[in-house]
Amino acid sequence: MRSTVAAILRKDLRLELRTFEAIPSMTLFSLTTFVLFHFGLNETSVEGDLAAGVLWVTLLFAAILGLNRLFVAEEEQGGFDGFLLAPVDRTAMFVAKATGLFLFLALVELVAVPAFTILLLGPSPWAILPELILVLALGNAGIAVVGTLVAGIAVRTRARDLIGPLITLPLLVPVILAASQATAPLLAEGGAQALPGRWVAVLGIYDLIFGLVAYGVFDFLLED
Amino acid sequence: MTAAINSIPAHPPPAAIVLEDLTRVFGERIALDEVSLTVEAGTTLVVFGPNGAGKSTLLRILATLLRPQLGTARVLGHELPREGWALRGKVGLLTHEPLLYRDLSVRENLRFHARLHGVAAGRIDEVLAATKLTDRAGDPIRALSRGLAQRAAVCRAILHDPPLLLLDEPRANLDPASVELVEPLIGRASGRTRVITSHDPRGGLAEADVALGLRGGRVELLRDAREVTVEDVGALYG
Repeated sequence: MRSTVAAILRKDLRLELRTFEAIPSMTLFSLTTFVLFHFGLNETSVEGDLAAGVLWVTLLFAAILGLNRLFVAEEEQGGFDGFLLAPVDRTAMFVAKATGLFLFLALVELVAVPAFTILLLGPSPWAILPELILVLALGNAGIAVVGTLVAGIAVRTRARDLIGPLITLPLLVPVILAASQATAPLLAEGGAQALPGRWVAVLGIYDLIFGLVAYGVFDFLLED
Repeated sequence: MTAAINSIPAHPPPAAIVLEDLTRVFGERIALDEVSLTVEAGTTLVVFGPNGAGKSTLLRILATLLRPQLGTARVLGHELPREGWALRGKVGLLTHEPLLYRDLSVRENLRFHARLHGVAAGRIDEVLAATKLTDRAGDPIRALSRGLAQRAAVCRAILHDPPLLLLDEPRANLDPASVELVEPLIGRASGRTRVITSHDPRGGLAEADVALGLRGGRVELLRDAREVTVEDVGALYG
């Protein structure tokens, strides 16, 4: 299982380095959205709930761009068939794709979060960086797990670009809610407050439950 | 020759493929309708029939990529779909699409499939040399002609040395020299059990042990290939 996951992950990263289809578009989308918020909100800086909401909604829509490409090479270039002919655990495909999306999101955030700080954020985030990274990681995990599961369903439909987001976005409302609630105190005006453990726990539990569900059903999604 | 005939083993090896009333439906359309046949190990079944006759569906079921809905299918001793997991890795499938990533090189694609099948890296050089693709191994698939991509697909299909080959018009994009090149790998000389789809009655019959003719998913012809004429096959397309 581990070697299969590594093989798929390595292949996907190599394909991304060759084609630059996902990460640049996700990053540019994030940056453009922050610029639009900067002018649209007509404020020089945001903090607290508003800052957290702007950050997470932007990251979510950027993730949707990556999700739509996640299985396209498998579907259009016979990757699914090649994989299904091999004597391997089919769940490895889910683990590799979810891990890949998590890494893509992390790379996007390396650019997007500093840009958000410069363009929009009032309070400095550097003092609360470890807590922010924890919330970002848990939020990314939720988006990656749910998104990969739905993308695996949607890619075999004709209207995959529509069906993917239509199913993914409602399923990710709890992730966005919990991530925003966990982030807001960190970005509060007049200094960061303590990380709300309750919302971090909600994020963690949601990630775990959906991770287990996806792990259990993904094999059947690949069946004819 | 006589010795070979006299030395028939007491327990002949089990047939490689046994289908009984195999049926597959897509919506309202019957793609395969109660297909029954037996293919002995090491022999070649050539499947003829017009477009939409069910040839590719048959190959995909044998490859475990589609589930049979009615009837039984036993391939290399494994009942489908129940034991499909045990059959994977024993089948080499060659389709109209090479099943290779266009933006990866030939070698990168083969390395990926070698990892999935647990094949040693040295085997990649073997198959590349056998198909004379060593010099183009670093080229991405999208930069190859259809013929070269088909040779790369042959490499993928036989990389794990499968005992059963499922070949969907395998020579469609190959020039005569390339056909000769891949013959030891996917031809009769490979010694593997083969199921081949073909639209070429003369060429197909030349390499068939058993000929199967499908039309509208139904078996119209199933005989020893020596008893089938080009006209018999041509009648399927009428």
